[in-house]
Amino acid sequence: MSTTEEKEQTVAQGEQEEEVPVEATPEPEKPGTWRFLIPIAAFGVGFLMHLFVGWVIFPPLLYSEKQQPIDFSHKIHEEAVDEGCESCHFFREDGSFSGIPGLENCAECHEEPMGEHREEAKLIKEYIEPGKEIPWYVYSRQPQCVFFSHAAHVKMGELECATCHGPIGDSDHTRPYQYNRLTKYSRDIYGWNIAMLSKNAWDYTEMDDSGGMKIEHPARMKMDDCAECHEEMRGVKDACFVCHK
Amino acid sequence: MKLDRRTFIELSVGFSLGAGAGIMLTPVNWKLMDDMTIWSQELWPRYQLGGLEGRLPQTGEVTHADSVCTLCPGGCGITVRKVKDRVTKIEGREGYPVNDGGICPLGVAGLQLLYGPWRVPSPLRRAGKRGSGKFERITWDEAINKVVQKLGDLRQRGQSHTVASILGSDRGTVPQLFGRFLSAYGSPNLIRTASAEDTYELALGLMQGATASVGYDLERANFILSFGSGLIEGWGSPVRVIKAHSIWRSGNSKDRATVVQIEPRLSNTAAKADNWYPVNPGTEAALALGLAHIIVKESLYDSAFVQNHTFGFEDWSDATGKTYMGFKRLVLTEYKPGAVSMTTGISVTKIVQLARAFAKAKRPLAVWGRGKGTTSGSLYECMAVHALNALVGNINQLGGVSTRPQVATRAWPAVSRDGTARKGSHRPRIDGAGTSRYPLTRYLPDRWPQAINGGRPGTIQALLVHEADPYFTTTDSAAVAKAFDGIPFVVSFSTYLDETAYHADLILPNHHYLERWEDIPTPVGLQKPILGLLRPVVSPQFDTRHVGDVLMTIAKELGGTVADAFPWEDYETVLKETMGDKWGTLEEEGYVEDAGYKPPAWRKAFGTPSGKFEFYITAFDQAGMKVDKDVGYLPHYEPVEAEGDSSTYPLTLIPAELIRLADGAIGNPPFCTKALEETELKGNDLFVEVNPKTAANYGLSEGRCAMLETPRGKAKVLVHLFEGIMPGVIAIPKGLGHAAYDDYLAGKGVNANSLMGVVEDPISGLSATWGIRAKLTRV
Repeated sequence: MSTTEEKEQTVAQGEQEEEVPVEATPEPEKPGTWRFLIPIAAFGVGFLMHLFVGWVIFPPLLYSEKQQPIDFSHKIHEEAVDEGCESCHFFREDGSFSGIPGLENCAECHEEPMGEHREEAKLIKEYIEPGKEIPWYVYSRQPQCVFFSHAAHVKMGELECATCHGPIGDSDHTRPYQYNRLTKYSRDIYGWNIAMLSKNAWDYTEMDDSGGMKIEHPARMKMDDCAECHEEMRGVKDACFVCHK
Repeated sequence: MKLDRRTFIELSVGFSLGAGAGIMLTPVNWKLMDDMTIWSQELWPRYQLGGLEGRLPQTGEVTHADSVCTLCPGGCGITVRKVKDRVTKIEGREGYPVNDGGICPLGVAGLQLLYGPWRVPSPLRRAGKRGSGKFERITWDEAINKVVQKLGDLRQRGQSHTVASILGSDRGTVPQLFGRFLSAYGSPNLIRTASAEDTYELALGLMQGATASVGYDLERANFILSFGSGLIEGWGSPVRVIKAHSIWRSGNSKDRATVVQIEPRLSNTAAKADNWYPVNPGTEAALALGLAHIIVKESLYDSAFVQNHTFGFEDWSDATGKTYMGFKRLVLTEYKPGAVSMTTGISVTKIVQLARAFAKAKRPLAVWGRGKGTTSGSLYECMAVHALNALVGNINQLGGVSTRPQVATRAWPAVSRDGTARKGSHRPRIDGAGTSRYPLTRYLPDRWPQAINGGRPGTIQALLVHEADPYFTTTDSAAVAKAFDGIPFVVSFSTYLDETAYHADLILPNHHYLERWEDIPTPVGLQKPILGLLRPVVSPQFDTRHVGDVLMTIAKELGGTVADAFPWEDYETVLKETMGDKWGTLEEEGYVEDAGYKPPAWRKAFGTPSGKFEFYITAFDQAGMKVDKDVGYLPHYEPVEAEGDSSTYPLTLIPAELIRLADGAIGNPPFCTKALEETELKGNDLFVEVNPKTAANYGLSEGRCAMLETPRGKAKVLVHLFEGIMPGVIAIPKGLGHAAYDDYLAGKGVNANSLMGVVEDPISGLSATWGIRAKLTRV
């Protein structure tokens, strides 16, 4: 057989076969006018789904939340003491900072109940009576490799407490302590803005309706943030060992 | 739409690209990448900063408290830095009369002893075999009851004299309480662990009629002739001596002090000395007498002192007209430079030069006590060196040598003893001290193992050990181990699980020295009286009790006259009452010193039968001792032969003591072990120093493994080639080879004491061992 015959035969056969399943593929001749939309649609779905995953589902998964052992009211205490923040958070004679007061400080007033508050009863029963230090979660706890001196910032740099800690002194409740599941560090350090676009950790917080502190402006206290302020205030870039002793 | 292969690919590729692009525009990658870097920091121990939380010193108020260090007899003042109740650093106390701000490596590492894993956490009772390290916790009542039962039982059976006590010191209220306890209980066997003090006390007793040990005015001496003393290796009160060393080494060359080291090995002290004379080991006394020969022959001695205040310098005759040889004739005839040079290996010229330089120096001082002074040593050698001091007239002088004074404290009422106590106390001591054979010696710390091993069974029924680790520090470890097996009841009061505690039946842990009260009498080698106060700077970390209180509780439960001997309520009362009017100052300042103290003038200084400094020891006859005619009464050179025969053991092994290696009752803490060099300890293997010439003879090279063998034991060691050691001599660092303590110390190196034997001094009975014959074979 010649080649031409062969071809003709094949074409004929093909035509014959196509005629049978007409209903299954109605327009077999022009399959591509909209087909290009398939990958684009798939792209769009994948894109949007993962934007959703990344922005909405991921952040709460990354962080876990704990309640402070005692719902402490700075507001009540600030009204009761004479010297403001310094009454409990003071500098010692050698310049070191007392930080969060120990149980001893609490026991000075709360050895016996002063009122009938539920949290005070808890304080006395669970901590003061057994002599156990309160395991506060520290929102601003930096990693161990960081040297931070309050004296340098407050005494020499003349920063207000609220510049870094926000108006915590006015809060009526403690807010939940959020920490990164992976790194175990406080969310305050690595930033409330999941995109890490925020600047200015000291540009911090506002009070919410219930009197606890609400994070309004995304804030963080990462190395870059320290470095930026240091550069701004001191006019030069600091060396590593200023903070990493 | 049919999901054919093409559609599937289009969908999945599209979705994946979309997912990829989408996720890239979310924080997931960037945030996780950032977090991962932080998370990964915690994966490897060396970066585990967060993981240290809870183990790192806590933050909080910083306070400082002053106390005294007890880790060696040096008695330095310390300032302890604390954060809240946690001790974070130990520093030398500024202005303290012993160390004025300085501190040694061991003192700094005291912190590791406080918090280290080797603390005994509560009273323990042995649960397994001796030395298996298996203990079980018991209560204090149970522990004290066990001791009371055992001691009560022994006393009832009239066996009170079979109880012995080994202590690290015999001064201060706590050792005195032990002495009082034994006296009331009825035993003569209070033993103090070995040190050069044993021999020095005896030498001063014989030559000066003193009952104290030696004190050196090091700071003001300007020619220091050291007979093997490791002046900067931890000899004496280490920080004080190192500070004095700095004084000697400073100033311009004209008026600065001269330091001469006589030692077979180039120690750090020798390396920093002006002159180093590598003398043949064990011949130091010959050299001292050779120097005396030149000083006498050339009339370089202090004639004002020698003629008026000494006895036995010139030949003399007694009432019967019998003539005796004096020190002068002895040295002039017997110790001519040629002969001395042959013995010591130091050339005649050098001997003559050294003798002249020493005698002509403004304030010369000869010091004695090998290494750190942890061995007793030869009596005649000590006397020969002390005779040099007498020749140059520096006894009780500025920059000279005197007896060590103590701050006076209140005496306790006499013990009223019952029949058992009187009988028991008058029995001969197990170590033989004070018996007719060794009438002058107070303690024979290296002799008790042999008394137990050679004596009848039951020589010692119960042993109480406090602030000493005789199992580790006593010479000839094999004999000690055997002796321990022969003692049915061993009680340790140790704070740490040291070698002795490890082999004890019962441990009643004392408070750590930073947790307790105690008085610290004048430290070793000081020439002025200083009384330091040890005070608790941190609350007890474990279920421990003050040994003074425990001992008194035991006494009270024993009842009768034993209980009556302790009328005090507790140890603090004992301390306060004993300190008397000093207590106020002690509590306020932390120490009492008599800064204006001056040793007595020559005419009142000597309590000998002749009332003078005695070159010729008359006390020998008084004590009824048999010594060689003439020469035996004078400081002379009597070779102390190293044990072992030279054909089997052609080499000589000597111990080397290092400042970075504690070799006393305290195990070397990790800080110090870390400071050892790779030519001293490598992993668990100890190096011995060998001269390259010696090494070549045995086909040994640097770092090669060799078997070191002595008549007393053998051990595998590594070879460190060192030209600073004499050919034919090997040096082994002292202080390693612990089986107790923890991974930082146990199993590291070899205990030098396990290779050494005891060679007894014929007069004192103390160990005069300076080395032992040894052989080294390649393995």
